[in-house]
Amino acid sequence: MSKLPKEPPASEITPPALYLRRRELLKNAALFAGTASALGGGLVWLTGGEAGVADAGGPGAPGGEAAPLASAPPPPDAAPPLLGTSARTPFVTDEARTDYEAIVSYNNFYELGLSKSEPARNAGRLRLRPWAVACEGELKKPEVIDLDTLLRWFPLEERVYRMRCVEAWSMVIPWLGFPLAPLLRRLEPTSRARYVQFTTLLDPEQLPGQRSDVLDWPYVEGLRLDEAMHPLTMLAVGLYGKSLLGQNGAPIRLVVPWKYGFKGGKSIVRIQLTERQPRTTWSQATPDEYGFYANVNPAVAHPRWSQATERRLGELRRRPTLPFNGYAEEVAGLYAGMDLRESF
Amino acid sequence: MGSPARPMSPPGALSPAGRKLPWLAPAVVTGGLIPLAVLGLRARAGALGANAVAEALNQLGLLALVLLVASLAATPLKLVSGWTFPLRIRKALGLLAFFYACAHFLTYAVVDQGLDARAVIEDITERPFILAGFVALLLLAPLAATSTARMLKRLGAARWKRLHRLAYVAAVLGVVHFFLRVKKDTTEPMIYAALLALLFAVRIASAALRRRAASRRAPAGSRAA
Repeated sequence: MSKLPKEPPASEITPPALYLRRRELLKNAALFAGTASALGGGLVWLTGGEAGVADAGGPGAPGGEAAPLASAPPPPDAAPPLLGTSARTPFVTDEARTDYEAIVSYNNFYELGLSKSEPARNAGRLRLRPWAVACEGELKKPEVIDLDTLLRWFPLEERVYRMRCVEAWSMVIPWLGFPLAPLLRRLEPTSRARYVQFTTLLDPEQLPGQRSDVLDWPYVEGLRLDEAMHPLTMLAVGLYGKSLLGQNGAPIRLVVPWKYGFKGGKSIVRIQLTERQPRTTWSQATPDEYGFYANVNPAVAHPRWSQATERRLGELRRRPTLPFNGYAEEVAGLYAGMDLRESF
Repeated sequence: MGSPARPMSPPGALSPAGRKLPWLAPAVVTGGLIPLAVLGLRARAGALGANAVAEALNQLGLLALVLLVASLAATPLKLVSGWTFPLRIRKALGLLAFFYACAHFLTYAVVDQGLDARAVIEDITERPFILAGFVALLLLAPLAATSTARMLKRLGAARWKRLHRLAYVAAVLGVVHFFLRVKKDTTEPMIYAALLALLFAVRIASAALRRRAASRRAPAGSRAA
């Protein structure tokens, strides 16, 4: 009762002009914040790309959990890194392996989506068993082989290959699989067989990207017979000691380490020996940009970008691209006398 | 009530440009920079995916194109709707577009190419894909430099307007750059091409209407004289 509240100091008294404008100021502040966040949010939504944390891919993502392969060698994290002489073989590079996460979340597999992250999200649609590979064409013993039979025939080996994409990025991948040559020998190519054609599964239910006509489905790739018989050429069924995930071309895919990645057909259902050069998908779609051979070649630029350098995923700086992706010693002989600018 | 009455303002214009919607341009600049902040935070968190450099390049380039098209939409939008607010943010949008185009180019030159001048020059001279983007950036530079009211006065409205039509050329080159980048699926660049075509169409239609109206008035005037 005794004291009245102390009068505030003059300095704290709001000037009347400001006092009268406080509503307007508040309103403007709210409009400012609302507009800024709406515009910012809209732009991020429109241009934020596919890098959202939600679709980082990975083994826990919808791409599915990869099962360890029964006949697989011990997983690489259990085995000490290969050292010395063994690291020098072309079959196992001693370069740092690309993270598993990156290998299963950054994929070109248009049948499962056009962006890099979509294949991992849609991979669950692929039914991986039962799976059979029809081996036909110029073969003395054509046969439709169940995948599990195939896995019984050939022991799995781990091969650590460089993988160079035509888009100028690269990875180092510890594949699990077997060389193609013994399979072809077992099927006995006829004397007329000169090429091998690999066909990917055609089923828009499992591969929803095939509903769009961005490419002519099914995806077809091919090799000359001597390329297919080369010991580096393999069929992969796993990587990092685990079975392949859909986004990497499960359950069985081609790996040709000295060629651009698109040569490695994924989710293969047919292997055909032919007399004529196969009409491969990319070389049909854009013949001036993608050739049948598609050997990694830093000297032949893609019409729209240089192939002289590449970015190894996980690294910031580009590195020079090597002729035949570093496998020149092993494979350059296959192309003796050929003009690789002409046959790119 | 709010702002002190300006005796000079003509009755038609509600209030002079600076006073109406004082929050709008700052909000556009702030909002326009939010994607950069988000990009920076994602990069630091390692959340840009396996190929972070390519992802950053894509986002910065797309931001430049989106903002450039948005700035070009201001006049057509006003012509169609009568709203004047788009014109108040046109400059902010254009400058943001230039800012992102610079960030895009610098990311390419410094991070992607590691400041290898020879590689950059070879890219620009030998690859139409890079050349289109680079010329677009070069065209935007004088526009950014003459974006102030003082430069407008110095150049004169007519010359300034003619110069700033280059923004359309830059946007077309930006879309060409986008087209040449994609491997096969051209849906996205198509959308921007269609948007640009629409903006052109509105301007051309409105110019034609104005000419017709003018020519209708002109004979009447000449008869009177």
